[in-house]
Amino acid sequence: MRYLPHTADEIAAMLEVIGKNSLDELFSTVPEDCRYQGNLNLPEPISEWELNELMSGLSATMGVSPEYKVFIGAGSYEHFIPESVSFLLTRSEFVTSYTPYQPELSQGTLQAMYEYQTLTARLLGMEVANASLYDGASALAEALLMAIRTTRKNRVALSSLIHPLYRRVVQTYLGPTGYDLIELPRLENGTTDLSLLEDLDNLAAVAVQSPNFYGCIEDLEAVGERAHAKDALFIASFTEPLAYGLLKNPGSQGADIVCGEGQSLGIPQSFGGPGLGMFASRMKYVRGMPGRLVGQTTDLNGKRGFVLTLATREQHIRREKATSNICTNNSLCALAAAMYMASLGGRGMRELALLNHDKSEYLKEELRKAGFTISFETPTFNEFVVECPTDFHRTYEHLLAKKIVAGLSLEPYYPELAHHYLLCATETKSKEDMDALVREVIS
Amino acid sequence: MKESLGTTGLILNEPLLWEKGRRGRSGFSQPRRDVDSRPLDKGLTLDELDLPDLSEVDIVRHYTRLSQWNFGVDTGMYPLGSCTMKYNPKINEKQARVPGFAAAHPLLPPVVSQGALKLMHALERFLAEITGMDAVSLQPAAGAQGELTGMLLIHAFHKSKGMRRSKIIVPDTAHGTNPSSAALCGYSPVPVRSNEQGMLSAEAVAGVMDEDTAGIMVTNPNTLGLFEENIREIAEIVHAKGGLVYGDGANMNAVMGIADMGRAGVDVLHLNLHKTFSTPHGGGGPGSGPVCVKTKLEPYLPVPRVTEEKGRYILSEDFPESIGKVHAFYGNFGVMVKAYSYIRSMGAENLKRASQLAVLNANYMKEMLKGTFHLAYDRPCMHECVFSDKFQHPYKILTLDMAKRLMDYGFHPPTVYFPLVVDGAIMIEPTETESKEDLDLFVEACKAIANEAQQDPERLRQAPQKCKVRRLDETAAARHPCLAG
Repeated sequence: MRYLPHTADEIAAMLEVIGKNSLDELFSTVPEDCRYQGNLNLPEPISEWELNELMSGLSATMGVSPEYKVFIGAGSYEHFIPESVSFLLTRSEFVTSYTPYQPELSQGTLQAMYEYQTLTARLLGMEVANASLYDGASALAEALLMAIRTTRKNRVALSSLIHPLYRRVVQTYLGPTGYDLIELPRLENGTTDLSLLEDLDNLAAVAVQSPNFYGCIEDLEAVGERAHAKDALFIASFTEPLAYGLLKNPGSQGADIVCGEGQSLGIPQSFGGPGLGMFASRMKYVRGMPGRLVGQTTDLNGKRGFVLTLATREQHIRREKATSNICTNNSLCALAAAMYMASLGGRGMRELALLNHDKSEYLKEELRKAGFTISFETPTFNEFVVECPTDFHRTYEHLLAKKIVAGLSLEPYYPELAHHYLLCATETKSKEDMDALVREVIS
Repeated sequence: MKESLGTTGLILNEPLLWEKGRRGRSGFSQPRRDVDSRPLDKGLTLDELDLPDLSEVDIVRHYTRLSQWNFGVDTGMYPLGSCTMKYNPKINEKQARVPGFAAAHPLLPPVVSQGALKLMHALERFLAEITGMDAVSLQPAAGAQGELTGMLLIHAFHKSKGMRRSKIIVPDTAHGTNPSSAALCGYSPVPVRSNEQGMLSAEAVAGVMDEDTAGIMVTNPNTLGLFEENIREIAEIVHAKGGLVYGDGANMNAVMGIADMGRAGVDVLHLNLHKTFSTPHGGGGPGSGPVCVKTKLEPYLPVPRVTEEKGRYILSEDFPESIGKVHAFYGNFGVMVKAYSYIRSMGAENLKRASQLAVLNANYMKEMLKGTFHLAYDRPCMHECVFSDKFQHPYKILTLDMAKRLMDYGFHPPTVYFPLVVDGAIMIEPTETESKEDLDLFVEACKAIANEAQQDPERLRQAPQKCKVRRLDETAAARHPCLAG
């Protein structure tokens, strides 16, 4: 096996040093009743070339671009990724290193994470961002737990227009400890109804996603005012960070914690993971933050360098009193996001965000012209909800056969929205792609 | 000794991104605009986004230079104890990048995602086979989330029996993530001490196990690199009081095809695909932390689960007792592809061989260094061995000094100051992919350093000298946090 360098002579020499006669003897401390009986029942090993063939067969069954035109967003977005980003991300000094516990040998990762934290803070309008969490869903759960710790209150209010799968993760995280989870309903216009907040007390946090699951842009400033009136923290969640290339950021609208999914920023969709849990807050809450933080310092010669810092928040020091149990995060994905943001720059990101907005507006208009009802008139970013005829599922199947994936049915997530579909058009969809979709749905 | 690996290369300075940008540059090829502009209400939009503007060349040089300040497994030996820094096969990276997988949307209809589902289904079976457990969820994104999932499963199990237990037993040799994961389920950790052999004794567990205790979290092999020989007896004690046994499988690399965690009495176990199954650690992640369970815990596994019927795979939500979800989608699929590729390339025999050689390397290291450094527990070890700086105390040299000096010799230092039960711990995990000649070079470097500790201790206190930076002021970093530029 090419990954195992030992020759028979070396094994014999090493066993002699140890004073054992065989490799099996090394395991004398494993009791008989804990031993594996027989051999592992696994497929025979295959060569590199057979593996290529096997995986090419498996992956060929997947409905992906360019063969398929996929109009689904809903928390995972198809964006172009510059080859320079993909290429740099394969540098094995980045890929094959561990968490930077030894800063003198990890300045590459550390400076890159410091830059990632900075760019993220700027994008979201916040003072401090951590070096990543797993994904947007667990980032929201961590944000709520942080708010509960910070305010010492145990009730949180979540918009029902936060990604439904994120809300399920929140339920899993918060369930056993018995915190009170209140769901805020929606208004007719596809944004969150905040009126319920009036009568709630003991509120640790109000969490709203913008653009929300329907693609609608929420009035974050109003959410912030209502949350702060209740002495609750305002948590702004997101699934599409590219929107903040164009839209007012959550920080400027009063958010105390901003968290979400960063997959859009140069990270392949990879059937849902690994993505990137982005997490930022106001500086005054930093000691309650989950996850790793990189800080700037100097070395013995006074030269600038970077280290992991404020570790007393973390599990390896604080154990059961830590701000989170997270250890391994999604560092390499954060690196991709930093490379992507740096490649676009401020103006490039704005231009790309505008293009995303305009593409989806084009599709929205064309569908409207074709007789479809656009469910919510609130401005959207790159996805929106369409009400379809009751037999649309047949059209959906027909389109799938033509290699077009016509959005996501909302019925499993919002039963009251039967026959409603969430459609997404990013910069990867050409006018012809969108025209073809509209042509097919009306034919 | 032979010529040292450590030398000074051509390492270039590189400013921060925003110290480098110039307005008017761009590193991105803007896609063609083929639709009209439809301006948004001014009240909704941002005036200007403050990100630096760089060219593609700026970006490429920036990150190439940064990468050269990093040490990875591909650079050299990285014997970080408890982290299993084995070689990460390149072919596996390629598989995760094939467009069919990398570009796949997670909510694609099942008819156009059969390949991914089939791979996940097969990987679950492989991991169940390797651990001796019955069912697997691949959803947890890393080891600590696997632990949390395991705790949630235990919590759900007790709840279904109408019980609410408030404590969990956590030995002093546990990873820090264990108590903090347990705390998320509202369990207060009850510490038990390992005995003078570094083992958990059945008596110690019997002394604290009661009917208000949900179970025990055992890392096996433990963080001293020793196999918990009393595991089966401990499991019986815990089971007798209605508790469950959680196995932290972070150290599974020692015992593939050798120990059967199911037989040993473990009810739920997490694995780290980024350790045992060779996927790279990426400077801190992404990882993947599947949980493997016995049948009695299977109803509670996270949803959706991949199920198969007549060769067709679907994602099923039809598990009413499930704890719910821990990840927005199905976990870190890209990491699963690499682990699957590794298992297919290795097969049963080579996986077992990998464990044997990992244990051979650690025992060899232990024998070769035991006169040089103080060996905390002189017993046959598994995949790692733990020393301390006791022999160097007369020269006022600490573990940290020796770790830093190893860098000058061209090695990544071992894990230091963990496990907490050993003062000044030096925890060495060579892994199976290091050859004897590399181990010998490492041993020589350690001996040279121990010698320097006597002859020229100041040299160690001034180490490292050959890295991009010298020792960094971590106290100042924490006292006056500067976390963004």
